[in-house]
Amino acid sequence: MGSYHYPRYDYRPTPDATAPQPAEHETVVVGAGPVGLAFALDMAQRGRRVLVLDEDDTVSFGSRAICWSKRTLEIMDRLGLGDRLLGKGVLWNTGRVFFRDREIYHFDLLPESGHRMPAFINLQQYYFEEYAIDAALAHPSIELRFQSRVTAIEPGEDGVLVEIDSPQGRYRLHAAWLIACDGARSGLRRRMGLDFRGKVFEDRFLITDVQMEAEFPAERWFWFEPPFHNGQSALLHKQADNVWRIDLQLGWDADPEEEKRRERVIPRLQAMLGEDRRFEIEWVSVYTFQCRRLERFRHGRVIFAGDSAHQVSPFGARGGNGGIQDGDNLAWKLALVQEGNAPESLLDSYDFERGLAADENIRNSTRSTDFITPKGAASRAFRDAVLELSERFPFARRFVNSGRLSVPAVYDDSPLNGPDAEGFPPSLRPGAACLDAPVRCGGRDGWLLHHLGREFTLLLCPPGGAAPREAAAEVATAFAGAMPGVAVKTIGSDPACDLVDHAGIVADRYGLMPGSAYLVRPDQHVAARWRVFDREAGRAALARATGREG
Amino acid sequence: MERLATEARIGEVDDIYAELIEAHRGLDPEQSLRLHARLVLLLINQIGDAAVVREAIRAARETASDPRTAS
Repeated sequence: MGSYHYPRYDYRPTPDATAPQPAEHETVVVGAGPVGLAFALDMAQRGRRVLVLDEDDTVSFGSRAICWSKRTLEIMDRLGLGDRLLGKGVLWNTGRVFFRDREIYHFDLLPESGHRMPAFINLQQYYFEEYAIDAALAHPSIELRFQSRVTAIEPGEDGVLVEIDSPQGRYRLHAAWLIACDGARSGLRRRMGLDFRGKVFEDRFLITDVQMEAEFPAERWFWFEPPFHNGQSALLHKQADNVWRIDLQLGWDADPEEEKRRERVIPRLQAMLGEDRRFEIEWVSVYTFQCRRLERFRHGRVIFAGDSAHQVSPFGARGGNGGIQDGDNLAWKLALVQEGNAPESLLDSYDFERGLAADENIRNSTRSTDFITPKGAASRAFRDAVLELSERFPFARRFVNSGRLSVPAVYDDSPLNGPDAEGFPPSLRPGAACLDAPVRCGGRDGWLLHHLGREFTLLLCPPGGAAPREAAAEVATAFAGAMPGVAVKTIGSDPACDLVDHAGIVADRYGLMPGSAYLVRPDQHVAARWRVFDREAGRAALARATGREG
Repeated sequence: MERLATEARIGEVDDIYAELIEAHRGLDPEQSLRLHARLVLLLINQIGDAAVVREAIRAARETASDPRTAS
């Protein structure tokens, strides 16, 4: 591996290993991957202590998640890592689709302006993890224990007894909450004997990372049946450090061990990149894709997040991004339960909401995989027909499915959702993730999402003729003494508002009118909205969104 | 809601039928299947109404004379 230097993290001896009784921990995360680390940072930012266990002593090895969606970047920005990820990641907006020997069309993601984050960046998972580990090590509320492998668990009513193998030998500790972020081959899932049901796609893909100086632009290129790869599909993506990720379909009959040999890989890459292209191979693996999920993500005090809970095929970048959103959904709920500000049953809404998202991700990635690797004569005929039509007829391009890129799920019908009202844009209905927009605060230009997400927030557009400060004070009394509290923030074109919508983009995206209000959850999803804020309904919506009603 | 047209809507049926058959002339079964698929996609877009397309798919499934392929 050439372009990246793998950091090694020291094992630090812990008194837990020699304690006479299992030490007590409130939240223990198993797995220091992107999902576990982001979740730990979220909990710590919400004032909770977290212990993270990882069996290894470095970051993710090889080529895994590469494409981080806007929603992930917004979540990581809330956790303090937005600038670092943006700084290193590769921006791309153009995708090209090739069929046989030529390009049949290209598309532009056409990013809408007025958002802090782009639609996507490409960045190797090891960088993502390294940055998250740096942040976790710097946070006083997070303890990271490397080289610590869970060897047994004993779930109980009030927590889980966890046995750990470490350089200090075996010891046990007690976790009030155990969060399983230990990946697709989750040991915790196996230990609990839980079924992981779904579908295996009968196909294999060769995944390689190559470093090369190439004049290719930073674009996503997808080939169906290119001449250089004998009728199978291929994908090229640029990552940081001039490392390019290449996915090549091999078919079900390919021998994975044989295909990983350099003598096999190099000619395949030369056929694709050109005989005289110089490149260094950094990673080779052969994958089979699966779409599976646990029936339930919460099992008492053990909660599954990320690939341990659900696994998707990579087309659409829904694995890593879906997992980050699991943590985003779970952290505020678990923090409220631990503080005593919500009943434990609030956590069942994690199961509902992220189960819905997992189903959506599985559905989308299954459809992409069926399009990319059609099985059966009819499905192959339709796939080829779509591609044949696409060069001349724009309508057919909509049918081309080389991955429907990850967008946040809307938690429709969630038990936490409060009332909606007529006349608002449907894209921001209760359950949807808030959209970003430029705002000015205290005379400084910034972004709306930076002002959401620490706590429940009521975004209030002051009623006509009302001074923002008085309007906010009046509305705030509706939530007086409420636990958790609600921050009331006025928003509008009036410079006296807390958040000044100087470009009118918030009014436009949110359909704000004088008097209207949005109740926003700590994960920046909409809980309820009103054309005219109503105190009783506001209190009821807060109770509902914290699992105390409904 | 039933919106799929089931009454005759087009004259010249014999001409259209002959042109449909003619379009397949010289094609092997695989090429024929692909031609069908292109035609179906073009027509689906022309209809431009997913509910009607779903009704048509259902009607096509249900009217197979071989009971094994009818759902």
